[in-house]
Amino acid sequence: MAVRPQSIKVRVAEVVPVTPLVKRFRFVPLAGGLLPAFSGGAHTVVEMHDGAVVRRNPYSLMGSPDELDSYQISVRKVEDSRGGSVFMHERVKAGDEMAVSPPVNLFAIAWDARKHLLLAGGIGITPFVSQMIQLDRSEMPFELHYCIRNDDRGPYWRDLQQRYGRRVQVHRAESGLGMDVEALLVMQPLGTHLFVCGPGPMIEGVYATARGLGWPEENLHSERFQAPATGAAFDVVLRRSSKRVHVGTHESLLEAIEAADVEAPYLCRGGACGQCETGVLACDGRLIHNDHYLSAEERAAGRKIMPCVSRFEGRELVLDL
Amino acid sequence: MTIAFRDETFRDDYTFRNSPHAIRRFPFPFHEDRYMYAVNIEPHALPGPKGSVVEFAFDVDEHYVSEMRDRELVLRQDPLRCQALPHMMAAQWDLLELIMTSFARDYPEHFSLERDGERWHWVNRPLGIDQRFVFGDALTLPYEPMEYVTRQAQGDWVIVDQRDGNLWMDAGMVTTQADWSLDFDIGMNFFEWHGPVPLAHELGVFERALKYLMQVRVGSPVRRLNWTMTINPLLDTAPERYPVWGPDRTTVTPDNVGHKAHLRVELQSFWRLPRSNALLFPIRCYLIKLEELVTVPKWARRLPRVLKSLPQELVDYKGLTRYRDTAVAWLSRYDDGAPTSPGGGPD
Ligand code: FES
Repeated sequence: MAVRPQSIKVRVAEVVPVTPLVKRFRFVPLAGGLLPAFSGGAHTVVEMHDGAVVRRNPYSLMGSPDELDSYQISVRKVEDSRGGSVFMHERVKAGDEMAVSPPVNLFAIAWDARKHLLLAGGIGITPFVSQMIQLDRSEMPFELHYCIRNDDRGPYWRDLQQRYGRRVQVHRAESGLGMDVEALLVMQPLGTHLFVCGPGPMIEGVYATARGLGWPEENLHSERFQAPATGAAFDVVLRRSSKRVHVGTHESLLEAIEAADVEAPYLCRGGACGQCETGVLACDGRLIHNDHYLSAEERAAGRKIMPCVSRFEGRELVLDL
Repeated sequence: MTIAFRDETFRDDYTFRNSPHAIRRFPFPFHEDRYMYAVNIEPHALPGPKGSVVEFAFDVDEHYVSEMRDRELVLRQDPLRCQALPHMMAAQWDLLELIMTSFARDYPEHFSLERDGERWHWVNRPLGIDQRFVFGDALTLPYEPMEYVTRQAQGDWVIVDQRDGNLWMDAGMVTTQADWSLDFDIGMNFFEWHGPVPLAHELGVFERALKYLMQVRVGSPVRRLNWTMTINPLLDTAPERYPVWGPDRTTVTPDNVGHKAHLRVELQSFWRLPRSNALLFPIRCYLIKLEELVTVPKWARRLPRVLKSLPQELVDYKGLTRYRDTAVAWLSRYDDGAPTSPGGGPD
């Protein structure tokens, strides 16, 4: 039933180094005109053709939701990843043609919040850039706490401080002045929504503190850009399409399914949204669940898998696709 | 193409009629000769077939001016038919922008929009409106943006906020509804507002539908048809007004059923609003008298067959209990028993 959205052909208009590890890419539509509008916190999925392999990685849109003649993303180079960020850093040049998906938002502004408390770690700053533009425009109170290693390694902190003044606080880990999450949370007015984007341990730490202080679950929002884990190659049988598909070491199960021309729904490609949930019809081996969506009971039951990040080890896996 | 707007009523003397053109483009919802419940959602791919009700983003037809007059009457009696929770302001502007840009693009002879940054100039010729305002500044419009623009757009408009893995009915303009109430449902989530439907929960359809709707993307709307029947061409069959329209069901006789009974079809579509990330749920109501419907031979054959096959709990749920048999008997006179072609459109 889900239809894979038409991708949008774009040209790389500019590649700007931001820090030693972060580059910013600006895409303009090949057909001219405007790109689809988006909301603060939205991401696009960038399609990378690396030889025979097609990777699709999600990146936050960090331009202004009101300037739609281009999209901007920032990519941090992660050396031992599956190669998506390395490809973006080393192979993509201004003038190249690429494809991006229409925007999707899984980290949207809570319009009913009294206040937005935004916590970013490193490259996790990107979804907040567009969020803050919208919050500021709508005159909604917000406060950003941005954790960076040192002044040279944190992208955009100077611009943001300039634009939003005291609403942006920078915490530098190397100076020994990290962020005191608990002190921060207890000061917040009732009705505050907490948004956190950064490395997994940061998200987990912030959530644990917030829950410990009794914050309601619906006031907690997080986004993690987790690259699908790599792992040993395996084969999978897709029952409804009667296909056997090989999943290589450096591709995800979802990417292998797509490469076999079988339609599989997705949104986040990071194990968080639940959209790619797929039924497991037979499993002689072990499912390696890398998602943050399935419950412990669902994992134990072994009837479902999230192909965007999860894998398999064993003799035979049959999926309901 | 210029639309010839009819001058008609949806109450009191009920002068509503469909022209032959409107009959042929009626969105007949039955694709086969028996009733089947299914999640019938499909992409609202634009432009749709030329002249059809899905050619454009939002259909404007010959009933436009009169329907807008009827909406004004409803709102005058009951202002709570239009409500928006305070956090929906960004979504209200999204809606205004979507309707105005669509109308101006799709019906340039009737509507125009000039934009100079935030300064907008909107002209609605059928309703004689010429409005300059500042986009984003609600004080420059006579109503809040949703109310302003939906007083100029046929059908009901519900905006749902997406949060906590659910959808919440947090704003809407609802005056042409099939027996449900915005005032009752506002603030409810997807499962709460669907509460009263029988059978469907068992089928797990709602869970799947919710998941599907949450992934609707900007620029890729989807749509479905829903149907019921209504006695007299009454747009506003709100539960609050049941005492007014409920008793009409007992007035159906074999002599008047062709004229009084109407098939009521809702074209529902689902749109991701780009800047608020809310979902827009327009519900457009189309009415057709049985005597108009039987002028299309395929529909004359199919409708009695479908009505006959309807399970009793659905007959009751849709409120057809008192007159289904009368309608089937009358319609069957136009069914010569010939086979029908697949699909809903006329042959
Ligand atoms: S695509 Fe979101 S969980 Fe897999």
